Amino acid sequence: MSPWSEQRRKLLNILLGTSVGATLVAILYPILKFMIPPEVIEATQTSVVAGRVNELPPNSGKIFKFGNKPGLLVRTPTGEYKAFSAVCTHLDCIVQYRPDLRLIWCACHNGQYNLSGKNIAGPPPRPLEEYAVNIRGEEIVVSKM
Amino acid sequence: MRVETWRSWLDERLGTEAIREFLRRKEVPIHRHTIWYYFGGMTLFLFVVQVVTGALLLLYYRPSAEAAFESVQFIMTEVEFGWLIRSIHSWSANLMIATLFIHMFSAYFMKAYRPPRELTWVSGTLLLVLALAFGFSGYLLPWNKLAFFATKVGTDIAGDVPLIGPFLLRFLRGGEEVTGATLTRFFGFHVAILPGVTTIVLTLHLILVQKHGMSIPPSLEGARVRTMKFFPNFLLRDLIGWVLAIGALAALAAPFPWGLGEKADPFAPAPAGIKPEWYFLFLFQTLRLLPARVGIFEGEVVGVTLFLLGALFWMLVPFLDQPASRGWRSRFFTGLGVFIVLYIAVMTIWGYLA
Repeated sequence: MSPWSEQRRKLLNILLGTSVGATLVAILYPILKFMIPPEVIEATQTSVVAGRVNELPPNSGKIFKFGNKPGLLVRTPTGEYKAFSAVCTHLDCIVQYRPDLRLIWCACHNGQYNLSGKNIAGPPPRPLEEYAVNIRGEEIVVSKM
Repeated sequence: MRVETWRSWLDERLGTEAIREFLRRKEVPIHRHTIWYYFGGMTLFLFVVQVVTGALLLLYYRPSAEAAFESVQFIMTEVEFGWLIRSIHSWSANLMIATLFIHMFSAYFMKAYRPPRELTWVSGTLLLVLALAFGFSGYLLPWNKLAFFATKVGTDIAGDVPLIGPFLLRFLRGGEEVTGATLTRFFGFHVAILPGVTTIVLTLHLILVQKHGMSIPPSLEGARVRTMKFFPNFLLRDLIGWVLAIGALAALAAPFPWGLGEKADPFAPAPAGIKPEWYFLFLFQTLRLLPARVGIFEGEVVGVTLFLLGALFWMLVPFLDQPASRGWRSRFFTGLGVFIVLYIAVMTIWGYLA
């Protein structure tokens, strides 16, 4: 091969290589972007009606929807209302109120929280997030602190 | 490890040397009709595009009457490049049917179905049926008005098939009416059953093509035909075909994004101008031209029966075209092919304008 045609071959290889590369990028970039889910903007709720006053007897609890997350409303044995995030701080399970133990309990790994939401036994690393409870007429209103 | 060591390691386990040897020997004839050999590869390439874009759409699509339309809307408006992926899926589907038709008729006119390639032809016609089923089932998935009514009409026509019609209608619709149950079913057909069956038939088709090599048209048989190596010469030319297909896709999908229309409402009257996809138009137009009654039979039943017989005939052409299989000229089948192409063309244009 003459040096001239060798150079020409080199140039052609560069042109071919870059256009193949550019084509691959043009195909792969949209595919990768497509696979990343778009952020869904949600109106952040700061308070919600969790229940009605005479719904819960003392020493019981119920799950309510706080935006797209579950919350736990507890009426303590003394009749006081308490509200927490129902998402266990261990591995995201949903906790429940155990009237027999008078505790908040997570069934997944036997995590336990007291009625202030503090983690007292089992694997949970942090207390549950606590919400403020206000009674407005018949409604129990729970809001973020 | 050195490349040679890797190569022999793989060869001992996978028998790759046999494949390499096969590729070294495989040749493609060069003659004035060679161009038609590229359409099979192009169809295969577009099918791969369908698999890739279809798998991507599955990341966001929700197959239910309540959520399907909204999820496609979400893909088109919220997901990055979602409009492009969906548009490519729709355009590529249509281009694939087009190249499939070109591939089929070129094989027909070059009499590529002669022995020993009869089963290649039969498997090809099965792939056509599967491609049409893909098109019909995929059309409903966005759950828009046009698709809803096209599915109503299409499944109603299936109900006219003699003997098994009523069963077929219930089977396709998942009940008496087109409802969310139909959507779930079509989704299952589209993303699970049809891909599974297609994988098997397509594999068979491709193995047969490899086993028998490219067919040389009868007019050139006996003459000295030059050949080129399949690898890399023909494959690189194939690659150009695929690049052209990508170009065509980009040129169509980006400036003409596929529309979504309005959400289907089972209790709203059908909008004007309900038409099936273009590849069903010639069937649709034929049925429309038939009188309500032909003798003692319903016109539609007669039409559907004739089409089914026609499809069966088309599938069995290799066994019916005896002159061609003996190496004689078979003017009748060539003429018949010309008639069918003209018939489809005229009916499609007529249906489009009507």
